Amino acid sequence: MTYYLDLLSFGPDGWGDELAQGALITIALAVLTLPFGLMLGLFVALGQRSGSRIARNVAVVFTTVFRGLPELLTLFIVYYGGQLLLQKLASAVGYTAQIQVNSFLAGFVALGLVLAAFSSEVWVGALNAIPNGQREAARALGLSARLSFRLVVLPQLVRVALPGLGNNWLVLLKDTSLVSTIALADLMRQTNIAVGSTKEPLFFYFVACLVYLFFSMLSGGALGWLEARTSRGQVRRPA
Amino acid sequence: MSDFLGGLINLDLMARYGPRFLDGVLVTLQLVGISFILGGLLAVPVALARLSKSSVLRTLAYSYVYFFRGTPLLAQVFLVYYGAGQLRDAFEAVGLWTFFRDAWFCALLTFTLNTAAYQAEILRGGIQAVPGGQNEAAFALGLPRWLAFVKVVLPQALVTALRPLGNELILMIKASAIVSLITIYDVMGVTRLAFSRSFDFQVYLWAAALYLILVEGVRRLWAVAERRLTRHLKPA
Repeated sequence: MTYYLDLLSFGPDGWGDELAQGALITIALAVLTLPFGLMLGLFVALGQRSGSRIARNVAVVFTTVFRGLPELLTLFIVYYGGQLLLQKLASAVGYTAQIQVNSFLAGFVALGLVLAAFSSEVWVGALNAIPNGQREAARALGLSARLSFRLVVLPQLVRVALPGLGNNWLVLLKDTSLVSTIALADLMRQTNIAVGSTKEPLFFYFVACLVYLFFSMLSGGALGWLEARTSRGQVRRPA
Repeated sequence: MSDFLGGLINLDLMARYGPRFLDGVLVTLQLVGISFILGGLLAVPVALARLSKSSVLRTLAYSYVYFFRGTPLLAQVFLVYYGAGQLRDAFEAVGLWTFFRDAWFCALLTFTLNTAAYQAEILRGGIQAVPGGQNEAAFALGLPRWLAFVKVVLPQALVTALRPLGNELILMIKASAIVSLITIYDVMGVTRLAFSRSFDFQVYLWAAALYLILVEGVRRLWAVAERRLTRHLKPA
């Protein structure tokens, strides 16, 4: 028992500090990707409902592709493809040194695109759930299209979309483990390293699972609180 | 025409790795197909345990579902594949080592357990959506409990569950790409192999096209099956 506790201790002999650093990177990646993916998803959703045919088509192709591709493949395409693209651009302007794409950035972009594709479906559903009269009333009061969206539609949108977006967040949290394959030192990769050096796969992968579970549980609690808070203006009707 | 194609697609590369890609598609489909069906069978008892009167059964089923839905599939695959090596002596003693030595079986086992957790939740929703009167009517007709479940409740629950089960199947196809990380040559595995040898980025785009075709094909097939299975519910 003490053997396993020692494995998790902080300091040169234990892996506790390495795992904690990895967990921090996992959380940082997920938390930074979240606003990017959700905003992009909202734009895609607005594109899907827009009057412009081009915008609609672009939005449909975007969601079809990024919902249909394996997340791992999207990540590799962004990572290796981005490297290639930058290399070509750089050599076009006469810069010949080797370019390495930052794996955190590649993970951020790839996971953000996937999150945007999935969250856009949630956003579309929520946008459809808000009666048109709300928008019309806001316009009738003299609010600009922009202001009526920000002040009238968006607050209601967030409340309706929250359960779906919460699921998107939980999926994102688990998907971050994929960036371990492009050498980002997240929780999963630190676990791989610990396993490689201690030959204790059962113990370390189980610990990693527990850490992910812990994050899921925290998120569940936070989402419950957020849902209660965003719907505090709702009148509870007797059943 | 071939000149035009040759400009877009590296035909030599296609000739060398094309057949392997087809093998990869087969591996992906087999792995997902088998684990999805086995997972579906396992999901029935888990869903029933989730709805059971016994709090022990309920807690066990809930923990199982929570664990497999709350942790990354990648971590689960590594846990089983690398963890099995650590338990080699124990598995040899009970004659299961040939099973756990093989990455393919480890992936199959993990995928089955994982999708069973998701399918159990889908099924539970379906069962709960069946009105209680259906059960009572079946009892009144003298059907034993298990028969009432198999003949009356389960078919109706499956109709409700059909659409989310299709989504789960598609998620499994996409998630299966991670088995390439434990030495299995599925579509993703072949892609990684071809890229590591040719350094030609277009193999990743081939893989993207293959996965999109697979996912879209399965989605359409599922839609046809769904229409056919629910045709008695449509107004004439």
